[in-house]
Amino acid sequence: MTIVRLEKIGFKYEEDWTLRDISFDVPKGEFMGVLGPNGSGKTTLLKLIDGILRPREGGLWVEGRAISEMKRQDLARLVAVVPQDSQMTFPFTVQEIVLMGRVPHLSQWRFEGQKDFEIARGAMEMTGTWSLAARKMSTLSGGERQRVLIARALAQQPRVLLLDEPTAFLDIRHQIDFFDLIRRLNRDQALTVIAVSHDINLASLYCDRIILLKEGRIHCIGEPAAVITVSHIQDVYQTPVSVDLNPVTGRPTVTPLSSTATHLSHSLE
Amino acid sequence: MLPYFFLPLLFLSFVAVFSSRSDMTQGPVTLSRVLRISLLLLLVLVAVSLMAVLIGSAKIGMLSALRELLFGWREGSTVLAPEERTIIFSIRIPRVIFAGIVGASLSLAGVVFQALLRNPLADPYILGVSGGAAVGAVIGILVGAGAVPFGISGLAFAVSILTIVLVFGVARTRGEMPSNTLLLAGVIVNSFFTAVIMFLISTSGLTELRSVMFWLMGDLSLAEGSEIMLTGLFLAAGFVVCFRYAKGLNLIVTGEETALQLGVDVEKTRKQLLVAASLVTAVAVSVSGTIGFVGLIIPHMMRMLLGSDHRLLLPASMLFGGAFLVAADTVARTVAAPSELPVGVITALCGAPYFIHLLRRKTL
Repeated sequence: MTIVRLEKIGFKYEEDWTLRDISFDVPKGEFMGVLGPNGSGKTTLLKLIDGILRPREGGLWVEGRAISEMKRQDLARLVAVVPQDSQMTFPFTVQEIVLMGRVPHLSQWRFEGQKDFEIARGAMEMTGTWSLAARKMSTLSGGERQRVLIARALAQQPRVLLLDEPTAFLDIRHQIDFFDLIRRLNRDQALTVIAVSHDINLASLYCDRIILLKEGRIHCIGEPAAVITVSHIQDVYQTPVSVDLNPVTGRPTVTPLSSTATHLSHSLE
Repeated sequence: MLPYFFLPLLFLSFVAVFSSRSDMTQGPVTLSRVLRISLLLLLVLVAVSLMAVLIGSAKIGMLSALRELLFGWREGSTVLAPEERTIIFSIRIPRVIFAGIVGASLSLAGVVFQALLRNPLADPYILGVSGGAAVGAVIGILVGAGAVPFGISGLAFAVSILTIVLVFGVARTRGEMPSNTLLLAGVIVNSFFTAVIMFLISTSGLTELRSVMFWLMGDLSLAEGSEIMLTGLFLAAGFVVCFRYAKGLNLIVTGEETALQLGVDVEKTRKQLLVAASLVTAVAVSVSGTIGFVGLIIPHMMRMLLGSDHRLLLPASMLFGGAFLVAADTVARTVAAPSELPVGVITALCGAPYFIHLLRRKTL
């Protein structure tokens, strides 16, 4: 069953097209990765699916409903986003932040009720942040903050979870912890995940399918083994790489090759 | 009783009540918590106002004044002389009510501006509303518009509204008003108006100088009954608008894109809040002058005590800001009796040290 559908999407900020002729379907429960170099339109694509930007051409559907005909609040009940990081000017507590995920489900004057507190608590327990509930966001580490932002997204009870380079500021252990958690939610609750990433190897490890973007168009789409090949990666990223199958995970792994670096190691000897 | 003990006492009693009740300062915001804290602060406001009415430069016994307040409406139970009654009912009570309304207006607007601009240093005057009002008022004083009802305040309000339109117009690019552009536009407009005021002052005569100075530092003795009513109406309407968007404001504080993702109509929310806070500020400034510090420190104080949720912060700041200005004004009109100090002097003198104390104890 298709949950997100894009048909011939085109978008431009100014004169040039940022995205053009983007069509794909995401089935319910899929873990989909979006890869591509800087400026290839990855983040723009996420913003279109989340309705923050409106496409100039084509159509976008979530659960069979056209985004263009949905109110922001209705869309926020279906789609949630985990951003890269959050900036806090004023001190909110972890619990307050997670409860904000309930806002799309409340009418303007309504306060959160018992049910909302329970849902928020459940989201915090799933992400291991319940013990942090009374802490101020500003006192948390980067990894803890990311888990709080997942908890907020889960409190939204979305059908689709969008990740915008969520592990950009995390070390490898916290990257793996993060994606393990997302994968578990993806499998246990049939939560559809669309993740934008710069990390080809992480995407290769976790995604069911990957979209490779080049200059605003889909270069190729498919399972990691089909997409992550030397020719595709070199075509899109314009840099020499080698691709091996990792013997433990069985997934393709990319190693960038640098002519200057090999040159340098020679000259050091 | 010395009025000088009045302010510290107010703060101490308030802080004591809050720190002794952790259920008031901690945990998520619920309707019942908002109501309980608002009720408590309303009691603080009423108590402070009552004391403020009983204190003054005219020698009226506090006890007999209290008896007059409580039972004076009864036939034949008047204990005060007619001129003393006039002082209490026609001078002190309107002034105390006015101080409360202005303090509440500035605090409400301060909370909204700090949140919308995501800048802890923002205050109600940051977008140039006060500069505009000041130019209008100074012109009014210099041409003798005080002789006409609504002369000075009307001019001040007109120029401050012009300023808002100007600043919003300058900051608006392609249908959006980015916070930073807004902030810069406000700062520029403010410094331009300061220059205009300096020019006007330097070319004016000595007789007007004192009125100009008093206006610039804030003077609560000028308002007419109708002006007080009008300020109160704007405050009430402003509060309803701000409280309506309080939940959206919470999300905007954590980032405008996050707010969009969580289903908030950010443009509409920002626009409504900016207009509401600017209007509330413009009216308050036009009738009372540029009283500093209230709109900056009260929001911070409340945020430190109660957290950042605006559903609690807005009513709490409003009520406590009102109480604060009533107390400050009482000190201003009694401490150097029979002459009066501008209330802005007191708010800055009391506010700044207390704020530094808070800063040292806790981070913003």
